[in-house]
Amino acid sequence: MTTISTLGANAVETVAHEKDVRTRRPFKWTQIPLHLILAVGAVGMALPFAWMVFSSFKPLGEIFLQPPKLLPIQWAPENYTNALAGANFGRAFFNSIYISLTVVVVSLFTCAMAAYGFARIRFPGNNLLFTIFLATLMVPGQLTVIPLYIIMSKIGWVDTHLALIVPPALFSAFGVFLLRQYVRGIPIELEEAAAIDGAGRIRSFFTIILPLLRTPMVALGIFTFLAQWNNFFYALIFLNTEDNFTIPLLVNQFKGQYSSDWTGLMAAATLAAAPLLIVFIIAQRQIVEGIALSGSKT
Amino acid sequence: MRESAKAHRRKETALGYFFLGPQLVGLLVFMLGPLVFALVLGFSNWDGFGTMTFAGLKNFATVFTDPQLVTSSRNTVWFAVLSVPGQLLSGFIVAWMLQKVVRGKSFYRTFYFAPVVTSSVAVAVIWLWLLNPDISPLNTTLKKMGLPAPDWLQDARFTIPAFAVVAIWQGIGYQVVMFSAGLENVPKSLLEAADIDGANEWQKMRKITVPLLSPTILFLSITGIIGSFQIFDLVFVLMGTNAPSASRTIVYEIYQKAFVEFNFGVACAIAIVLFLALLALTGLQLAAQKRWVHYTE
Repeated sequence: MTTISTLGANAVETVAHEKDVRTRRPFKWTQIPLHLILAVGAVGMALPFAWMVFSSFKPLGEIFLQPPKLLPIQWAPENYTNALAGANFGRAFFNSIYISLTVVVVSLFTCAMAAYGFARIRFPGNNLLFTIFLATLMVPGQLTVIPLYIIMSKIGWVDTHLALIVPPALFSAFGVFLLRQYVRGIPIELEEAAAIDGAGRIRSFFTIILPLLRTPMVALGIFTFLAQWNNFFYALIFLNTEDNFTIPLLVNQFKGQYSSDWTGLMAAATLAAAPLLIVFIIAQRQIVEGIALSGSKT
Repeated sequence: MRESAKAHRRKETALGYFFLGPQLVGLLVFMLGPLVFALVLGFSNWDGFGTMTFAGLKNFATVFTDPQLVTSSRNTVWFAVLSVPGQLLSGFIVAWMLQKVVRGKSFYRTFYFAPVVTSSVAVAVIWLWLLNPDISPLNTTLKKMGLPAPDWLQDARFTIPAFAVVAIWQGIGYQVVMFSAGLENVPKSLLEAADIDGANEWQKMRKITVPLLSPTILFLSITGIIGSFQIFDLVFVLMGTNAPSASRTIVYEIYQKAFVEFNFGVACAIAIVLFLALLALTGLQLAAQKRWVHYTE
């Protein structure tokens, strides 16, 4: 079992570019200007978030203070209770979480299956179908979303979560492509040995391939989760009733209803951004690797 | 013996399609089917309810003659012209500096990358407020420095540049990660050899780093243009359902035509033209790559 996981790790490392090489070189004074510029940039990146978070704790009057102050003079946590009471955030959180998770689980499984089929099984149409999958990466979503909407309304899926779950769960050209590259990196001898022991295709898929695909599947899973959680365009088109809304839709609607209530709006935006920022801080490495993978030439 | 080989091949084919099964259904129902349907819709008059009639090239004529659609296309191109080079350049500079520093890489990366994972709606809401002339600390600072502090989202001259600033802010982290991955692959030995020959930083950058990064630059400019032509969330959240002419983009028009006016024919025609434009631009970039992209392998 150890040999298998080392082989898997090797296959992973050939594709993963991003590697932190921890060198213990002494600190150089010449690096101070670099650090200064990078730090100023980092503050620029963080400041809009900081304004958002701190403003969400200000009473409304303080928002209009001139000159503006970053920190609240008087803390007003009631912005959050008001935002939570005024709009159904709990419901939207639940919707977003279960939609995103369902897509992640089903999509990872179907992508791994297709990846295995493309990488390992020889059958007529294999190459042609794979080329078609790759070609669809070029098609912008705006082209297919209109017919998709018409199809969904014909089968009664408009304003249901199925419209947001089923298409991405059953079709991801990028996921299939990414996992296929990994399967090709797994030594064929592993499966041949299993075949001698009497394992068929399905058995070796579950016992050999899937466990070895764990690392790229985690990266792809986080990637898919982020995309689904942030999905605004499709949610806007397919969902109508507030009970079905996801977080981005709810924030957008909140904006329309309370356009002068800046503090409430900032509380809503904070509630929408915070879970993802926490996920990002925990899973930073996988996310960065997943992003770097998306551009690796193969 | 031959019979069993045939049986084996049949079994393998069946297994192949079994494994592809779910994704193949997805490909047919959610991609190829809608694609064909979209082409048909582009050539027809339909509001989703009545009978569909053949429209010939009428919808496509509308795309190129309707004054608002022409303006929206121009806005989109202007947005791409501002945001794509802005993202590439800032991303490259930050990645290059990050490569130079010994410590704190992942610390900085966290900051630059945070907006990438943040929902574009939350990003838009933050900037809705930062671009509001009455309360924005940005405008207060500009005024204090004696610079003009425009009404970003209402002044037609500033709306698209404001979108570009937000897009650069949101996208820089992605560019940094991609460029960092590329920079890792620049062989240290080449740079050291150049050091021995007395090359300065600028020469090393121009003669070694940038040529070796050219595949990354090509990839990022292709995906960057594709992404910038599809800008929607930012426009929709910042400007709402009734955006002024100067702030509308192509995908905003697709949304309006399809899901507000229910003019599916024109909406599909716009989407088809957008797709063809992206294909042509990508093709041009791929054709031009021979002149400047170097592959090491």
